[in-house]
Amino acid sequence: MTQPAVVTPGLFATLVAVVRRDLLLAWQKPGDVLNPLFFFVIVSSLFPLALGPDADQLRAIGPGVVWVGALLAALLSLNSLFLGDFEDGSLEQLLLSPQPLPLIALGKTLAHWLLAGLPLVVVSPLIAISYDMQPASLYAMMLTLVPGTLSLSLLGAVGAALTVGLHRGNALLGLLVLPLAMPVLIFGARTVSLAAAGDSISAGLYFLGAYCMLALALAPFATAAALRISNE
Amino acid sequence: MIEKLAMGNYGLYVWSCYALTLIVVLVCSVQASRRHRAVYSDIMRRLKLKES
Amino acid sequence: MWTFFHKLASPPHFYRLSARMMPWFAASGIILILYGAVAGLFFAPADYQQGDAFRIIYVHVPAAYLSMMAYMVMAIAAGIGLIWRMKLAHAVAAGAAPLGAWFTFLALATGSIWGRPMWGTWWEWGDPRLTSELILLFLYFGYMALRSAIDDPARADRASAVLAMVGAVNVPIIHFSVEWWSSLHQGPTIIREGGPAIVAEMLYPLVGMIVGFSLLFGALLLSRVRAEVLYRERRAKWVREMIEAGTRA
Repeated sequence: MTQPAVVTPGLFATLVAVVRRDLLLAWQKPGDVLNPLFFFVIVSSLFPLALGPDADQLRAIGPGVVWVGALLAALLSLNSLFLGDFEDGSLEQLLLSPQPLPLIALGKTLAHWLLAGLPLVVVSPLIAISYDMQPASLYAMMLTLVPGTLSLSLLGAVGAALTVGLHRGNALLGLLVLPLAMPVLIFGARTVSLAAAGDSISAGLYFLGAYCMLALALAPFATAAALRISNE
Repeated sequence: MIEKLAMGNYGLYVWSCYALTLIVVLVCSVQASRRHRAVYSDIMRRLKLKES
Repeated sequence: MWTFFHKLASPPHFYRLSARMMPWFAASGIILILYGAVAGLFFAPADYQQGDAFRIIYVHVPAAYLSMMAYMVMAIAAGIGLIWRMKLAHAVAAGAAPLGAWFTFLALATGSIWGRPMWGTWWEWGDPRLTSELILLFLYFGYMALRSAIDDPARADRASAVLAMVGAVNVPIIHFSVEWWSSLHQGPTIIREGGPAIVAEMLYPLVGMIVGFSLLFGALLLSRVRAEVLYRERRAKWVREMIEAGTRA
């Protein structure tokens, strides 16, 4: 009775392994996680400085500011999604893996969301309070940011995979991802504004959820294809 | 006749749109044929160099 | 039938065929455009709400329609090139992009000029179609920027193909989002095409313009793709033979 020399891990185990690896790597370089977060906070403080402290105006623009800030911060953090692996050669190894590449791409995307998306959701109430947003809109803001940041991570991963290793990939990444992310921004920010006005947020949430599911289903395959193309 | 062209005070807007359309179409066709000609003459040049 | 497509995929065959087809596309397109323009400018009755300004519709709508059709052509061609590895398909995608961007710009410019007498401003964020067109322009820029950022032509083809396909999925979503977003404002009905009911004298020139511009777009696309194919195949034997035969004739 011979045991196989190597036990091939199952799909879920692979996913967990990829996510764990990225989380451990990020633990060693906290700057990659903290910098976009600080950027988020700083950007949202720019608007009152630029536009003046009028409370009504700030309350009106609060949802938009939080969402735009989250979008830009996510963009900033996407640069490092594949860069580290690309530079030290582990990306090539991942491409050679017998595990399905879309699964690996999904794992890295999920790790990115845990490190860059969820912290934004956690920090957003601070910013919302500084804009004097009421509890109803605060609640809506956090609810919409969860599928919103996940969609951004998924979409952004495709862009990051397409531009990894390119000479001026950073600016290009923004140009590629931002137009695609506009539906998320529109529905996210406007739903929060609706909540502030006392309207129902279910339509917006349904849309964001549906968009997130669509991205979850399709983006890993596009990311995998893009990784193969960028690394031949 | 002038009245027809004036488009009821909106003449400037209407005609600038049509002019813009014409310009864009012309620019596109000129761009395409210039590129074609440039590639063609470049190939001819290289062939002549090889022959000589 | 399949032989036709197979032969079409061969660059020299395409090159010869497109040389014969191009004049027909261009001529028929121009004739229809002339009909549509003259009929629309001088013979269609004026709109009861917008007066003669509505005649801008005869260039604005074809431009907007083509801007989206070009994107679909680009995305489908890119997809075919990626999945079936047809170099010619990639050339079509590369050729369609700048044309699509130009028509998008035209749609935005004519829309803006139309908006000035209608809304009083050069730009109206509340109009869903203008905003979606703007995002479409960004998508084109992203596509062209990615293409030019990658040096290796094969890799540029395939990377931009992925981008085009991802964008194609997003285009209807973007339209829907922007429509929903602008409907929240309950603004006045913006550009109502033609008025309460579009009468035949108004409709026929519009159809003529749309079909005419589509044919012209086809001619322009063929022209660009021919140049693209010639460039990509510049070292091939068939090119050499064709040029030598041309100079000797």
